[in-house]
Amino acid sequence: MGRGGRLAILGALFAMSVGLVVFTVMAFLRSSPPTVDFTTGHQAGTPVDLTVQTVGSIGFGPHPTWVSYLTETPGGQWVHTTLWDLPAHTRINVTLDQYDSGSPLRNQQLGQIIGTEGTVATYNGKPESVIDSNDTNGVGHTFTIPTLGISVPLVGISPNAKNPCSVAPCTSKYDHNVIKFSFMTPGPGQYPWQCFVPCGLAYLYGNGGPMQTVGYMDGFLKVVA
Amino acid sequence: MSPRQETPHFRRLIAIWAVLTVVLDVVFYFAVGPHVPPGAMSSSASGQQTDFIVLFMIALPVMLAVWVYMAYALIVWRGSRGGDEEPEGGAKARGHFGIQVGWIATTTVIVLGVFVYGTVELIVPAGAGGGEGPNPIWTPTSHDVLPIQVIGQQWEFTYRYPTFGGFETRELMIPVDTPIAFHVTSLDVIHSFWAYQLGVKADANPSSDNVAYTTASQLGAFTVRCSELCGLWHGAMYNFGRVVTKAQFLVWAQSTERQNAANTKLLPPFSYTYVPDANGADGGYYPDNVDPYSNVEQYGATSPSK
Repeated sequence: MGRGGRLAILGALFAMSVGLVVFTVMAFLRSSPPTVDFTTGHQAGTPVDLTVQTVGSIGFGPHPTWVSYLTETPGGQWVHTTLWDLPAHTRINVTLDQYDSGSPLRNQQLGQIIGTEGTVATYNGKPESVIDSNDTNGVGHTFTIPTLGISVPLVGISPNAKNPCSVAPCTSKYDHNVIKFSFMTPGPGQYPWQCFVPCGLAYLYGNGGPMQTVGYMDGFLKVVA
Repeated sequence: MSPRQETPHFRRLIAIWAVLTVVLDVVFYFAVGPHVPPGAMSSSASGQQTDFIVLFMIALPVMLAVWVYMAYALIVWRGSRGGDEEPEGGAKARGHFGIQVGWIATTTVIVLGVFVYGTVELIVPAGAGGGEGPNPIWTPTSHDVLPIQVIGQQWEFTYRYPTFGGFETRELMIPVDTPIAFHVTSLDVIHSFWAYQLGVKADANPSSDNVAYTTASQLGAFTVRCSELCGLWHGAMYNFGRVVTKAQFLVWAQSTERQNAANTKLLPPFSYTYVPDANGADGGYYPDNVDPYSNVEQYGATSPSK
């Protein structure tokens, strides 16, 4: 093979390598958890039921020890995601099954329920407007949408729970708290939501890992018209 | 050609430069000046706006001197094919002592003047809206200062009003024509409190009380942003504050104090700094040399022994 041929092969190999690197980087950057669609078939004026759960460790995937949220699809299937398509100007009835334990809040201000309908949430059926994180099992997580001024603390299960769930998705046979509240979606747009309890175990200030990863303790409300 | 008949390039340059400088400075002052950020919503903002205008009006003549000379040289002294030979040495290539001294003297005066002006502008408006640390050198002359604590945490700011029972809220409301002392701190990493239209910017460091002053002079909304890259939702760490009348502020503060009373009782005593909770929230973190269960400094934590 002549010098030109060898150069052509080298050039082609180099181009393929660059293409592979670019493809891998873009695939990584564009990877995202699935979005659960609550808009298909939704009739205007009717509320949407959104059921989610929090678990102390997801139990599978690349980070099995990470704490996480999961979402129940309209078809009743649990999906590891925090991205939801929701209809605009619609009442969202949230049911949150909290399977994780809690602790006193770093900032007790987050113990206040704000932005929900009636500025309350029910905890195992009991309405509350403030949770004293020092006087209960503590707060494990919050469900907070900062741009909409909505925040609900999620009371943890007892640290001495006899039947804690260790692998998601958890079912109601395990110890858990049921937290319910409602809020109205605003106009179309993307609204980030997150947990404000620094629950990233073993990360600086508890704010790394799952706290910094969409699909675990952060997500988006994708509100559509 | 005799020296008397030579083209008066220097006088021409000075004339062009002077006319352009006067015209553009006046146009800038009246047409652009009122729109220069961050506006004039507060004492610190209007001070910064004035500073930007003054600095631009000082810089403009210097910039014009360079541009006018360059344009003049390109047009008047450009070479042409078949034209005169390029001068090589001689009188035309010699430096001009007067111009050199004048240039150095002028730029020195400008730089020293800007140095003095900038220093005075930091002192007169009580720190010009910047964070002055826990022991501010430049404080407002008024003794009637409203303290508001700004608490940064990943990823939101909350505000505590110690003169109204110490309630804490996500809303930032301030009264007009009242000196405000923002006490900025953080519960985790470094954030930066930037109330853009107020011209206030102060870093939020954990275990540090960074004080910044301002006095709002206009009613309306302003934007608060974190201006220190602080993690995943840094870009979403913003909210909006409002400047309201003193009467409206009083009504808001008293009603919020009542509404938040249940939660305010659960907050730690007001302190200018807090140590992040030691026993809470998996991964709690605090300086090694600080008692995380101190009655004064703990923030929401309860000692397991109590």
